[in-house]
Amino acid sequence: MDELKEKAWRNDAAAKVTGRTRFTDDIKLPGLLHAVPVYSDFVHARLVDIDTAAAAKSRGVVRVITARDVPGNNRCGQILKDIHVLADDKIRYHGDVAAVVVAETRAQAIAAARRVRVRAEPLPEILDPEAALAPGAALVHEERGTNLIHRHVIRKGDAIGGFAESAHIVEQEFRTPFVEHAYLEPEAALCRVRDDGVVEVRGSMQHPYSTRRFVAEFLGLPLARVEIVGTPMGGGFGGKDDTAAIVCARTALAALLTGRPVKMTYEREWSMRESYKRHPYRLRYRMGVGADGLIRAVECRIVADGGAYCSTSPWVTWRSTVQCCGPYVVPHVDGEVLSVYTNHVFTGAMRGFGSPQVNFAVEQLVEIAAEKAGLSGVEFRRRNMVRQGSTTVTGQVLEGHAVSMSEVFERVLAECGYETKLRRSSQGRGEDDYYGIGLAMSYRGVSLGAEGTDVCAAVVSVQFDGSVLLEAGIHENGQGAESAMILLLAEELGVDRSRIVYRRPSTSAVPDSGTTVASRATIMGGGAVSRAAASIRLQMAGAVATDLGCRPEEVCFSGGRLTAPGGRDVGFAEAAQRLYRDQKYPYALGVFQAPHVDWKESCGQGRAYFTWVYGCQAVELTVGRRSGRIRLLNAWAAHDVGRAVNRAALLGQFYGGMAMGAGYGLFEEVAMSGGRLRSLNYDTYRIPRSTDMPDMTAIVLENRDPLSPSGAKSIGEPANELMAPAIANAYYHATGRRRFELPIGGEK
Amino acid sequence: MKPADPNTLIVNGRRLRLTARDRRKSLLTFLREDLDLTGAKRGCGIGVCGACTVLADGRPLRACRTRVANVLGRSLTTIEGLAAPDGGLNPLQQAFIDNGAIQCGYCTPGMVLTAHAFLLKHPQPTRVEARRAIAANLCRCTGYQQVIDAIMAAASCCRKKE
Repeated sequence: MDELKEKAWRNDAAAKVTGRTRFTDDIKLPGLLHAVPVYSDFVHARLVDIDTAAAAKSRGVVRVITARDVPGNNRCGQILKDIHVLADDKIRYHGDVAAVVVAETRAQAIAAARRVRVRAEPLPEILDPEAALAPGAALVHEERGTNLIHRHVIRKGDAIGGFAESAHIVEQEFRTPFVEHAYLEPEAALCRVRDDGVVEVRGSMQHPYSTRRFVAEFLGLPLARVEIVGTPMGGGFGGKDDTAAIVCARTALAALLTGRPVKMTYEREWSMRESYKRHPYRLRYRMGVGADGLIRAVECRIVADGGAYCSTSPWVTWRSTVQCCGPYVVPHVDGEVLSVYTNHVFTGAMRGFGSPQVNFAVEQLVEIAAEKAGLSGVEFRRRNMVRQGSTTVTGQVLEGHAVSMSEVFERVLAECGYETKLRRSSQGRGEDDYYGIGLAMSYRGVSLGAEGTDVCAAVVSVQFDGSVLLEAGIHENGQGAESAMILLLAEELGVDRSRIVYRRPSTSAVPDSGTTVASRATIMGGGAVSRAAASIRLQMAGAVATDLGCRPEEVCFSGGRLTAPGGRDVGFAEAAQRLYRDQKYPYALGVFQAPHVDWKESCGQGRAYFTWVYGCQAVELTVGRRSGRIRLLNAWAAHDVGRAVNRAALLGQFYGGMAMGAGYGLFEEVAMSGGRLRSLNYDTYRIPRSTDMPDMTAIVLENRDPLSPSGAKSIGEPANELMAPAIANAYYHATGRRRFELPIGGEK
Repeated sequence: MKPADPNTLIVNGRRLRLTARDRRKSLLTFLREDLDLTGAKRGCGIGVCGACTVLADGRPLRACRTRVANVLGRSLTTIEGLAAPDGGLNPLQQAFIDNGAIQCGYCTPGMVLTAHAFLLKHPQPTRVEARRAIAANLCRCTGYQQVIDAIMAAASCCRKKE
């Protein structure tokens, strides 16, 4: 290691590297019961009866729970309440849970679960989203009257006219598969009813507030009677939202009904079977290019398989709509993005959130169009990419932040020697294994955008001795969110990070701050921390300014001291004590509300996101001439992150995102047959191993964002959305053959 | 090696007497539930992901696919036993922290133990060897790069001490 390199830091690293960190399943409580889910083997069926008698009489069984035992609302969902937490009328997919068995030991619960009998009348299985839209198709949710979950449109300019004035028109269809998040820790929940009557929930989830909503509504309790206590989580990647919350809700019910603490830990097979996936997309694109090499028009129709429940499908497909043309200026656009119910496992949030599918298509499409127009992919991108002041396809003017598309693109080209390597690429020629380089680029709207409420809170409380407690409504998913916020606060208060303790947040202490998704932890959580710190500084400076002989706003917070311009100073702890003696608390609730966005759903136009990030990735690979085996040789990524808050953690997001993106490009696919998953564990669902990955180069660009109080933006998802199209383009440059369907690893 | 004592197992230097019931258990369950050594994780239950890795006489072992009866008389090291008795971190553990090799931390115990066993046998590895050494330990967060950085840093730090 380079001696001069700054050492990485995380508040939770020492506990994690020594095995002291207690994830949900690692926690034990006296009198603990164990719960397990019961599945049926149906894919689509009308329930007749769930016979629990034999299971209830099994050894060690304390209770068998079905929908009849639910005291509150058995339906939940973030957008549409269409999820039946326990099956009550139909089985809508193979992962629907019919009952929960609670027993003294886990082994007893598993044994008894096999004795639950689900009787049902099979219904026609709806497995193709386009067929599901045909008139007369069987319905997944009869009361909705249609299998359409949502349809977004985007209409800009005059697409027909745009194609009419195009010199070149290309048309292509692309397909992407179901993808599993494959967090290493399967779902788990641990619940108990406390002596104050509050239902306390610990669990592996990334959305404590929606978990609280799901649990409270399921149990028929007010929100104040349910407390979600932050617990270390073994990875989420967008996947520990709905399903994780539902697992918590069922476990909480078990605790309520038995009066004892209950733990429910998922086996990998249950997790893969039941938990939602990344949407498979079918994307049909048409692009028209003028004789000048400028894109004139894009037409697209995208259909997403939403599976059995709505989940976040309307939001995922909304991002696909906004970003449907990639980071290019397109004057005329006509597109629609549909999400559709089927009897497949439901689909929802996964790192990227509707962008990986679209990028896979668009970043190949622009190269196909470039070739037809007689331009290189590089030149075509240079001519068409968004720049400062450009108008996006939704009519948003990119301003108020540095539009660094060109900067990241040129950095990657230079860093990897792209054009030289492109000339060396095989294009299907030569005697040896094929060699090729490829790249892809994107822009990405930051945080939730016009999806909905986007606000975050943080509580900072300076103690009498100058130590500081920090608590924010952002969840530690493993990405280092807590550490980023500690570092930001330390900087804002001018104190050493060792003074600050991040208190694991509780939903009862910090106001609803939404979910830790959409790469919003640093920008939104950091924003709230900055706001709280500003308030604390004002309070502390106000208490000591007179003594220091200056105005409060002149006090400088640095090196653990508060210093006046003249040099007079006072220690941070002493300043805190002054406030306490004045009977005031150095305490602040910081709130960061995302700046204004707007959206017109009828035509898909508006200021979709308050700011954007820009990224570009390239990859060099070989393809075995006979075996078709793809080997990655090198990979590069450049992302404008606004500002690097915790460099090592930032790089970890680059590398981890690129690896997950490479898996998507090369071999990840949840195998399905007749609505049943064939990939149920890591032996049949392959994620990248160390030997699948090359050494990667991370290029960090920092154009501080004026709309982010901390200057920082996002990296989690941007890093994940480009490797698959870069691999597809490299594969083409190597073999001379385009692959329009993911995954592309090996010949099919 | 001494002949296996049918009734004992050494875990992190402590000799344990086992009952017939203990011997029938899965090693991972025994460690996690009976000894409350929860550092070894259950990730897949089929021996593929490596989150349950512990060391038996210095060699990596998948605890989820091992019965207690199969490791009788052997000396096991779990992640809880890797640091010095005074709590001082092993150089590899420190290198994981210093190189940003930790994210969610679920694979970390297995990853650290696998890398530790590797470094005992190969104190001066190349980067490619380090990459191969952790090929059977899955991590979904890091992309492995900083894990490999950590292994190389630990190797170089131990060389300097010699």
